[in-house]
Amino acid sequence: MRGKYLLGILVILGALGYMVFGGLGRNLVYFLTPSEYLQDQARYQNRSVRLGGLVKPGTVQYDKDRLELRFVLTDGVAEVPVLHKGTPPGMFKEGQGVVVEGRFQEGVFQGTNLLVKHSEAYQAPKEGWTPEEVRKLIEEAQ
Amino acid sequence: MLKTQTPSRPDALTWVFLGLGLLLLPLGLYLALAAPPDVNQGYLVRIMYLHVPTAWVGYLAFFVTFLYSLLYLFRQDPRHDRVALASAEIGLVFMGLALVTGMLWARPTWGVYWTWEPRLTTTAILFAVYLGYFLLRGAIEDPELRRKAAAAVGVLGFLNVPISYMSVKWWRSLHQTQSIDLTTGRIHMDPAMLQALLFNLLVFTLLYLGFTRFRAMVAALEEAKEEA
Repeated sequence: MRGKYLLGILVILGALGYMVFGGLGRNLVYFLTPSEYLQDQARYQNRSVRLGGLVKPGTVQYDKDRLELRFVLTDGVAEVPVLHKGTPPGMFKEGQGVVVEGRFQEGVFQGTNLLVKHSEAYQAPKEGWTPEEVRKLIEEAQ
Repeated sequence: MLKTQTPSRPDALTWVFLGLGLLLLPLGLYLALAAPPDVNQGYLVRIMYLHVPTAWVGYLAFFVTFLYSLLYLFRQDPRHDRVALASAEIGLVFMGLALVTGMLWARPTWGVYWTWEPRLTTTAILFAVYLGYFLLRGAIEDPELRRKAAAAVGVLGFLNVPISYMSVKWWRSLHQTQSIDLTTGRIHMDPAMLQALLFNLLVFTLLYLGFTRFRAMVAALEEAKEEA
């Protein structure tokens, strides 16, 4: 009976150790900005990284047939072209903060995972709008 | 040893908390469903009315465990240990619910259920620590040693709560920062949404108080049986 609990404690400690030294250690910097990446390019060469920034307005191209999403990621200083295979997430739009997981190939950042950041500010749509109208508005905006 | 009378049924205050909490829960749900959608997220924002209160109860419960663990270490009164145990158990359940509701919210907004970003990672660690709290209790047979060891974890484990809360400010994260920011007092939320959220926070706090008092009473019964 006690052996079972001790085994459990060991598993928990192991998981904690893994999270602290493996997961958390690597993730203390969750994402790099494009300028940080470009400054220290040699270090991240051929490594999978996360890049975070804003989707530059006017650069989004989505090929529906080949499921290729192209856009430029910017932090206001440096810019990085991104190619992501797959459909854009629901809240993806121009000017939105995103985090892309992937690696560089031939000058283009090949995203394998696209995460959309959203702000902590919640606002209701304008006065007098019914939920149905809002739903339509949201659907049209996508 | 003088045996103190253990109550075999919950006292009036426990029933008041539980009754009020359960009674107001449907009203909280109604307010959450009646609150306006968000301009960016639409109706998805409503998961917040479940996600934020469950996370709050988790943090609150672990704080209460911290307080009563400290009290136990100073006074050596088993009653304090029982409250610490009860609160940790309720906290673990609600923290688990916060993780689940968070994942359900993350998939449609961020695009993934889980990612090892600071808030999620620190909260997963927090959850694992309190899971360890119960494993530790189960592993020690001597009641006094068990209480002392558990109190130590209850005190040290609480360190993770401020780390988890502040993680979105200390590190670059995907998780948004606090909408009701306790460190600056700023609120980034539509008044109608804020009302619904505050009401649900109140309801979940009442439920927490009721559940914890109830669980502490059950713990007293368990202990009385163990001694007999």
